[in-house]
Amino acid sequence: MLSLKNWWPTPVRSLFLFLVWLLLNNSVALIHLFFGLLLAWLIPLLIHKFRLIQPGIKKPGVALGYGLMVLGDIIVANLQVIRLVLGPNKKLRPAFVMVPLDLTDNLAITILASTVSLTPGTVSADVLPLNAEGAEQRFLLLHVLDLADEAQLIEQVKLRYEAPLKEIF
Amino acid sequence: MLALILQGCFVVVGVALVLNLYAAIRGPSVVDRLLALDTMYINSIALLLLYGIYLGTSLNFEVALLIAMLGFVSTVAVCKFLLRGDIIE
Amino acid sequence: MSMIEWLVALLAVAGSLFVLMGSVALVKLPDFYTRLHGPTKATTLGLGALVLSSMAYFNFVKGELSLQQLLIALFLFITAPITAHMLIKAALHLKLDSAEQTSGQQKADL
Repeated sequence: MLSLKNWWPTPVRSLFLFLVWLLLNNSVALIHLFFGLLLAWLIPLLIHKFRLIQPGIKKPGVALGYGLMVLGDIIVANLQVIRLVLGPNKKLRPAFVMVPLDLTDNLAITILASTVSLTPGTVSADVLPLNAEGAEQRFLLLHVLDLADEAQLIEQVKLRYEAPLKEIF
Repeated sequence: MLALILQGCFVVVGVALVLNLYAAIRGPSVVDRLLALDTMYINSIALLLLYGIYLGTSLNFEVALLIAMLGFVSTVAVCKFLLRGDIIE
Repeated sequence: MSMIEWLVALLAVAGSLFVLMGSVALVKLPDFYTRLHGPTKATTLGLGALVLSSMAYFNFVKGELSLQQLLIALFLFITAPITAHMLIKAALHLKLDSAEQTSGQQKADL
């Protein structure tokens, strides 16, 4: 009845909380280790009932590669954005673009929207329709700073960012 | 030499803060001002980090973390207010 | 100056310039939707570079283990897209005008 699962529901989250607590205190003194362990055990236990169950990461390797690729893309995207910002305003071709989504899970869509916002000259504006029920196809509305080719951009988002996320979740 | 370069960085971030202030005053809409204020939060964190290196003290980081959290929460709260006319439903 | 100190200086200068570019974008670009791009991308990356610079300084020049700054970078990289998303949703809700060369404006009205 009282299995380990009940008393220690989310080991990974506990580890993460513990590390964050140590970083916050910036020390590995005994008292911080002890209190960090206590908090890392107690907080997930107390909030466990309110938690929405999210899908787990199926392929950690792919997820790590995805993170590194996004970091690289952030730097490239920034240099692009700075070049566009310093150029004349008249040459900008801002646009709203709809990207059809294959992902269905809310967490995966959130991660996709966040990476798209941080990376290539695009900001995610909205997910349409917001509720998954009754809608067979959902769209991500993007604002693009400088749009060269709409079809190419949609393909880039789908291949470069959406395909790995579909593998991960 | 490092101190001199860091002083140059102070000037650059200071100019960025003045530009933000100009954008916040100019507007023209509420959301524009909100965006300028949010950028000001982040720039002040940048200034605090640079000041921490300059003085060689790590006391500033907690302040920077607090500014980051308060900036995020307040920006999202005002956005929710603009979207719904209410913050907590 | 040692190599590490040059690295600290280089990262600090790059970070400050990125931050400045974010603010220049805020002032220069024509409408809200384009202005949003500067602060979400350039300023976030600039702060990332400053955090790296600060970490390099405290860990290698001062020789004390200090990873606290990593939390600031982590927090900002998580929250920046959310802030941008909320702001652009509010802007779409208020139906702010976009610059006249914007294509696909009717999609925003849905």
